[in-house]
Amino acid sequence: MKKATTHISQNEGLIFEKSSPGKRGYKLPPLDVPAVTAAKALGNAARADLGNMPEVSEIEIIRHFTRISTWNYGVDTGMYPLGSCTMKYNARVNEAAARIEGLANAHPYQPERLSQGALRVMKTLADCLLDITGQDAITLQPAAGAHGEMTGILLIRAYLQSKGNPRKKILIPDSAHGTNPATAAICGYAVENLKSNAGGMVDVPSLVAQMNEDVAGLMLTNPNTLGIFEQEIHKIADILHAKGGLLYMDGANMNALVGKTRPGDFGVDVMHLNLHKTFSTPHGGGGPGSGPVACKKHLEPFLPAPLVVEKKDGTLGFDYDRPRSIGRVRAWYGNFGMHVRALAYILANGPDGLRMTTEDAVLNANYIRKQLEGVYELPYSTPSMHEVVFSDRKQTAKGLKTGDIAKRLIDYGFHPYTVSFPLIVHGALMIEPTESESKEELDLFVDAMRDIARECEKDPDLILSAPHTTRLSRLDEVQAARKPILRWKPTSKGAAE
Amino acid sequence: MRYLPKSPADREQMLAELGVRTIDDLFAPIPAEYRLKRDLNVPRQMAESEILDFFQQSSRDNAAGYATFLGAGAYSHYRPVVIDSLISRGEWFTAYTPYQAEIAQGTLQAIFEFQSMICELTGMEVANASMYDGSTAVPEAAMMSVRLTGRSHVVIARSVHPEYREVLRTYAQHQGLPISEVGFGENGRIDIAALDKAVTGQTACIMVQSPNFFGTIEDVAALADYAHKKGALLVVSIAEAVSLGAVRPPVEADIVAMEAQSFGVPLGFGGPYAGVIATKDKFVRQMPGRLVGQTVDRHGRRGFVLTLSTREQHIRREKATSNICTNQALVATMATIFMTIYGREGLKELAEHNLAKTAYAAAEFGKKAKVLFSDAPRFNEFVVQTTADPHQMNDRLLAQKIIGGFPLKKFYPELGNASLWCCTELTKKETIDAAVKAL
Repeated sequence: MKKATTHISQNEGLIFEKSSPGKRGYKLPPLDVPAVTAAKALGNAARADLGNMPEVSEIEIIRHFTRISTWNYGVDTGMYPLGSCTMKYNARVNEAAARIEGLANAHPYQPERLSQGALRVMKTLADCLLDITGQDAITLQPAAGAHGEMTGILLIRAYLQSKGNPRKKILIPDSAHGTNPATAAICGYAVENLKSNAGGMVDVPSLVAQMNEDVAGLMLTNPNTLGIFEQEIHKIADILHAKGGLLYMDGANMNALVGKTRPGDFGVDVMHLNLHKTFSTPHGGGGPGSGPVACKKHLEPFLPAPLVVEKKDGTLGFDYDRPRSIGRVRAWYGNFGMHVRALAYILANGPDGLRMTTEDAVLNANYIRKQLEGVYELPYSTPSMHEVVFSDRKQTAKGLKTGDIAKRLIDYGFHPYTVSFPLIVHGALMIEPTESESKEELDLFVDAMRDIARECEKDPDLILSAPHTTRLSRLDEVQAARKPILRWKPTSKGAAE
Repeated sequence: MRYLPKSPADREQMLAELGVRTIDDLFAPIPAEYRLKRDLNVPRQMAESEILDFFQQSSRDNAAGYATFLGAGAYSHYRPVVIDSLISRGEWFTAYTPYQAEIAQGTLQAIFEFQSMICELTGMEVANASMYDGSTAVPEAAMMSVRLTGRSHVVIARSVHPEYREVLRTYAQHQGLPISEVGFGENGRIDIAALDKAVTGQTACIMVQSPNFFGTIEDVAALADYAHKKGALLVVSIAEAVSLGAVRPPVEADIVAMEAQSFGVPLGFGGPYAGVIATKDKFVRQMPGRLVGQTVDRHGRRGFVLTLSTREQHIRREKATSNICTNQALVATMATIFMTIYGREGLKELAEHNLAKTAYAAAEFGKKAKVLFSDAPRFNEFVVQTTADPHQMNDRLLAQKIIGGFPLKKFYPELGNASLWCCTELTKKETIDAAVKAL
C-alpha cells in the first residue's frame, strides 16, 4: 500500500449532542425600528418554540464541520474514478469567480439593466456550449442531468405534438442510466428496452425492428455507459429520422468528446450536458449540478422560457414571449452559480486546453484498461473512450464481488469506481479516471488493483471484511432500511462513540 | 494546460505502452467524417488573472452595492462568514454522492443533521436530503400526493409563487394531472369559497404556500382539516425558510415542499438553491429523492448510509418515485451550518428582526399608499398599491442605489399598480424611509 497510511481521526457526535441552553454562535445588530415579538405580531400564527434546534458556539461549529469533513474523500484527496461521474479537478478560480459580490448577491428579479454582467456570463457560456455540442439553441435552466433529460424529452414531445402525434414510446438501451427510463415516465412515455450487441453497442437490427410510428425517440448515452463510442451513430440517427423519431443524447460522457467531435454533427437532435461532470463544477457531496439542454433549430420554439437574447439596443435581456414553449422547468434561470464556474473552466482551457483535456481523459482510461486487462475480465473488447468497464467474473469464483473489491480499494487510498453498473455487465467495475490524474497516481491505482486481485486469490476474507483502515467498518445497510432512523431525536441517542 | 498533470514525456510513454502512435489513434472509433478538424470557437486560453478580470467586470456590469426590497421567493439575508469558510474545504465540495459510506461519513452525517433540523423546524417526521429547489419541490409533492391517494386532480392556490405554479404545469402536463387554481380573498389568504368549488372527489392534494407569495400566513390548520375531510392531502410550500423561526410550523400538513435558500445561500441570480420535501413517517416510501439513515458498522458503532433507495431511479428505473439523481447536497450543507449558527434562540430572534422591519415598513408605507391584505398576519413581505405604475417609483429609487419592490402586474393584473416589498434583518430604517419618501 504505497499511497495510504493511517492518521488520527477525531470522534465527533451529532451537533445536537453538543447543544446546551444559552450557548450562541450568532449576534444580530441592534434594531433600528421598534421591536416586535412573534406572539404579538402573529397571534395564533406564532410559533411557541424551536424544539430541539441546537445551541452551540462558533468554535464548536467550526470544529464540528471540520472534523466530520475529514471523514470524507474528495477529488482533492485523491483519484476518484467513479465511472460516469467525471470526478475531475474543481479549479479554485471557479469558486473565486462565483463568489464575486455582484454575481453572488444578484437578485433574480433585479432589473435587467442591472443584470447585464450575469446575462453576459449566461450568453457567453451558451455560445461556447453551442459550438462544443454543434447544436443551434440552448437553455441553461435545468438544475441537473436528470432535469435536463426531462426538458429534452418534453421538447421532443412538444415537437411531435406540433406535427400531430406525440407518439407513445421512448426506446432506451439496456445499458442506460436509471434516470433515462424514470424521465421518460414523467414525460408520459412508455419505456421500451433496446438490447446491446456483442460489441456493447446498440444492436442496429433490433433498432430497425423496434422503430415505428409509435416511437418518439431514442435516449442514447454516447459514449455509452461501457465507455464505448456508438460507431454506428449516424445509422442510428438515420433509422430514427426515417420514421419521424428523434435522437436524444445523454451527455453524461461528454468528457470523451469535447473538441474532438460534436453530437450535432453526428445526428443528435437534442442533448443535455452535465456542467458538474464535463465542465468541472464541483459535485458538492451530491450536488448542485447543472444540466443545460442544447437542441437543433426545429426544437428551439419549444425551449423553456425565458431565454437570454440580445436586444435591439445591444443590451441583453430575457425573452419570455415563447408561446410554443414547454413551460418552465425551474424557477428563474437555472443554477447560475454553476454557469459562472463552467465558464471560468472554459476560459481557463480555451480551445487547445479543452481538446487536450479530452485527449488526456481518453488516454488515462485506455492506460488503465491496458494495465488491468487480464487481471480483471474485460467483457467487451471494443475500444474504450474515457472510461473502461471490467467484470468481477474472475473474482466471483472466490466468492468476491465488485462491491467487495471496491471496499478494499479504500484501504489503498482510493475512492472506488462505480459498482455494479451498467447492469448488462456481470458485477461491473466502471472506472473513469478523468484527465486529472498524473501517470504516478494512475500507476498507484493499477498497483492497488493488481494487489487486490492477488489478495482475492490468497486471502478472500481480507477482501470480504474490508475496509480495514477507515474509522468505521462496513455499515449495515439492511438494518438502515429495515428500521429506518432518518432523524435525530432526543430519546434515540445512538450507540455511544 | 495548468490543470493537466502530465508532461509531454508522460504522454509519449503512455502512448507507447498502448502501442499507438498518436493520441488520435485512440479516437479512431469516432467515424472520420464526424471528427472535428478545427479549433472550437471558444475564447482563447486565459490566465487566472484574466479570468478574474472578466468576472469582476461582469460583477460591475451587474451593478453591485444596491440596497434591495426584492423578495418574491429569493431572500437577502446575512450569510455568516463561517459558512463559506467551512464549505470551501475540498472534503465538502469535491466529494460526490455518498455511495461509499465508509469514506463519506462527513457528508452523510451533515445530511442526517439537515434532515433532523428540517423536521424540527417544519413539524414533519421525515425530510429528504434535498430537491433542486422550492419550485421543483412543488410538482414532486403533487406527484407524491397522486401516488398516495390514487387520485389525480391537483388544486393549487394562486398565491403560490407564480413560477412554482408554472413549473408544476410543466411537470404535470403529460401525466394526466389536471390542475385547478384557486384565487385569494380580501385578506390575501386562499379564497375558501372558491376552494370548496374547486375540490372534487378526485382531488389528490390542495397546495398552498405559507407565508404565501404576498407574505400572508395561511391558516394551515383549518386548510388541513378541510383537505382531510375531502380525502385530499394538504401540501404546504415554504419559500421563505426564515419564517419558521417565528411562524407556527405547518404540523397539520401532510407534505411540506420548501426552499432553503434563506438559510445562508447566496441569491446568486436565482441558483443554486436547495429544495426539500418533508412529510409524515407513514408516507416515506412514496417520497422522492435521497434519504440518509442511521445504522451501525460491524462493531456496533453508529454510522450513516443512504437508505430506502428502492424508491429511486437507479433501482426502480421507470417505476421510481422521481427521476432525480444529483440533488443540492452542498447547498443543504450550507443551510445546515446556517441553522446551527443561529440555532434555537437565534432563528427566533432573526425572524423577529424580519417581523419588526416589515411591520415598521408596512406602517410607514400605509401612511402614503394602500397596503393590501392587512387583515391576516404576514411575515416579511407586503403588497403596496399605488396610483402610479410602480416602475416609475422604482426608477426614482434606483438613483439612490435602492431596488424597489417587485411589480406584480405581470403575474396579478387584477391587483393593478401593486408591488411586493420585502424587508429582512438587512433592511435599514433609513432605506425604508427613503423608499416611503419616493412614493
